[in-house]
Amino acid sequence: MLNRRTLLGAGAAALAAAGIPAAALAADDVIKVGNTMAYSGPASAYGQIGSTIGAYIEMVNAQGGVNGRKIEWISYDDGYSPPKTVEQIRRLVEQDEVDLLHATLGTPTNTAIHKYVNAKKVPHLFVATGASKWNDPENFPWTSGWQPNYPTEGAIYAQWILANIENPKIAVLYQNDDYGKDYLTGLKRGLAGREDVIVAEAPYEVAQPTVDSEVINLKASGANVFFIVATPKFAAQAIKKSAEIGWEAERFLNNVSISVGSVLQPAGLEASKGLISAGYLMEVDDPQWADHEEVAEWRRFMNEWYPAGDQTSSFTVYGYASAYTLVETLKRCGDDFSRENIVRQAASLKGLRAPLLLPGITINTSATDHAPIEAMQLMRFNGESWERFGEVVHAESS
Amino acid sequence: MELFIQQIVAGVATGAIYACVALAVVMIYQAIHHLNFAQGEMAMFSTYIAWQMLQWGLPYWVVFPLVILVSFVGGFAIERIVFKPIENAPVLSHIVIFIALFAIFNSFAGFIWDFTIKAVPSPFGDGPLWEGAMIGKHQAGMIGVTLIVLLLLWGFFTFTRVGLAMRAAAVNPESARLVGIRVSMMTALGWGMASAIGAVAGMLIAPVVFLEPNMMLSILLYGFAGAVLGGLTSPLGAVIGGFIVGVVENLAGTYIPVIGGELKLPIALFLIVAVLLVKPAGLLGRRVVQRV
Repeated sequence: MLNRRTLLGAGAAALAAAGIPAAALAADDVIKVGNTMAYSGPASAYGQIGSTIGAYIEMVNAQGGVNGRKIEWISYDDGYSPPKTVEQIRRLVEQDEVDLLHATLGTPTNTAIHKYVNAKKVPHLFVATGASKWNDPENFPWTSGWQPNYPTEGAIYAQWILANIENPKIAVLYQNDDYGKDYLTGLKRGLAGREDVIVAEAPYEVAQPTVDSEVINLKASGANVFFIVATPKFAAQAIKKSAEIGWEAERFLNNVSISVGSVLQPAGLEASKGLISAGYLMEVDDPQWADHEEVAEWRRFMNEWYPAGDQTSSFTVYGYASAYTLVETLKRCGDDFSRENIVRQAASLKGLRAPLLLPGITINTSATDHAPIEAMQLMRFNGESWERFGEVVHAESS
Repeated sequence: MELFIQQIVAGVATGAIYACVALAVVMIYQAIHHLNFAQGEMAMFSTYIAWQMLQWGLPYWVVFPLVILVSFVGGFAIERIVFKPIENAPVLSHIVIFIALFAIFNSFAGFIWDFTIKAVPSPFGDGPLWEGAMIGKHQAGMIGVTLIVLLLLWGFFTFTRVGLAMRAAAVNPESARLVGIRVSMMTALGWGMASAIGAVAGMLIAPVVFLEPNMMLSILLYGFAGAVLGGLTSPLGAVIGGFIVGVVENLAGTYIPVIGGELKLPIALFLIVAVLLVKPAGLLGRRVVQRV
């Protein structure tokens, strides 16, 4: 008589018999790339990054894959919630047995899996966050950043301020967490011994309704430079308030909040005029790039492989350049797709030009430098769009 | 000195935000003797409706009364549909539903209008009230509207039969029923009014803090603090309480170095605890005595 136990037992035996060779086979001709992304919840706008990378990989596979192998893109939704990220990454590593992780999104979410993936020795490459802690090859050799990190950006502003503003007095508004403090650290590093020009620092908490009171206090410090380290909502408030109280300071805005549509427009385009920030990707809407070969190529890709994607969003640009970096790294692995070799190749990119980076910016990594992009160009908001000025500023450590 | 005055003015301006919300809190407390956790999210949702109508091109002064009306009907309907059936259920069931409503409104706003911030125009215009003034046109307008709403509420509760009936229904439902007041209808009316006041608050707050689904999260906390401080039974107390919370928060954040940025938020909670310990009925509230 068949009972439930024998059935289960038979099933498990069949799985055990069939499972092992199947997995080994898969490892031979498919490279499995895992990812977690916010496809739902408050940060779901970022989901386009994951969808763009997925579409890019589909295109690469259709063109024959990488060194004769197909790439499998397994991207799960974590809703930007660290506990969910942990769960999904475990699933990717232990059940899907991915070869590497690419562009996992978010600072708190990546922090939650940082130790785990390094203990498991899974390549944790080109994470989609700007925190500085991803560049720590000594303690976390399996992790690598991608975009310019926050301290780098802070340092670039500091250099410009020292070189261009007479008798600078800097007031800083910053979010009271890792992200805000990273910028402050970078700013101080860039001031290199002239930290005394920071005359006021005001932290704010994300739970606060407004930062009006902080902005008033910062103005009262008599500063002539106002550095806004804030996420979109608070950045918009700070821009609006500083204009409203007639504070005639040179205002710097962190790259996190440079979106014209979702920050500067709500804050008021007139109030936003004159803001300075820094970028590293092309603004594809900008007429000056309209005829650029890489932009045309990107548009062709978007139309054919990701027609639902938003061609005005910086996230699809980001995803495209990020996916290119991944595929290029895999190409350099030759025939050896062991995890060790993948990380080795990711840490030996020299002068790699990913499309849609601003001209003059390249990707450089080494065994002691896991921060791929470390150059930016300053830009000023003219009331309609961002205008780049000056040279590309390099803050490369390798 | 300039800093001091500026911080007070800014405190009064944010205080007006809290006062508006505190009024809605008092309103619902008068009607059901609970604090509605979803109050803020309902106000946020009303504000989204207003934003949507403005996007469609309707003029502000058409949208304003329309949204108040829609919110009133919405609040009334929520009471009829969700709370009427569990009228006699224990308090905990009510609280669970408040929390459920909170999550539902929050998620639906994000689902329909996404999570990026939206700018809601101010009916009073931008910029300072007069050249060189420390207070903006919108802030001044907000304080004005708060006081008008307060006056209307006071008039309603003091001079109208419905207002009186509502108070009676809240204080002593049994006796109220015996003198012919439809108690459950009064409760629904209270929900509608609280929701309408919330809509006014939301539309006034959004130009300052920008509209997004989590807009009211911390504001509701400050609103509660204002209402508890002033007395949950007194609209005037709630408004005064709201202003006090706004000013105290700014001054403490500016002049007490220890508090700085980190401890600004707990000030609201500290005020709640302190008031409950020292004067449980609040500054202007009545002590509610229940005969058992």
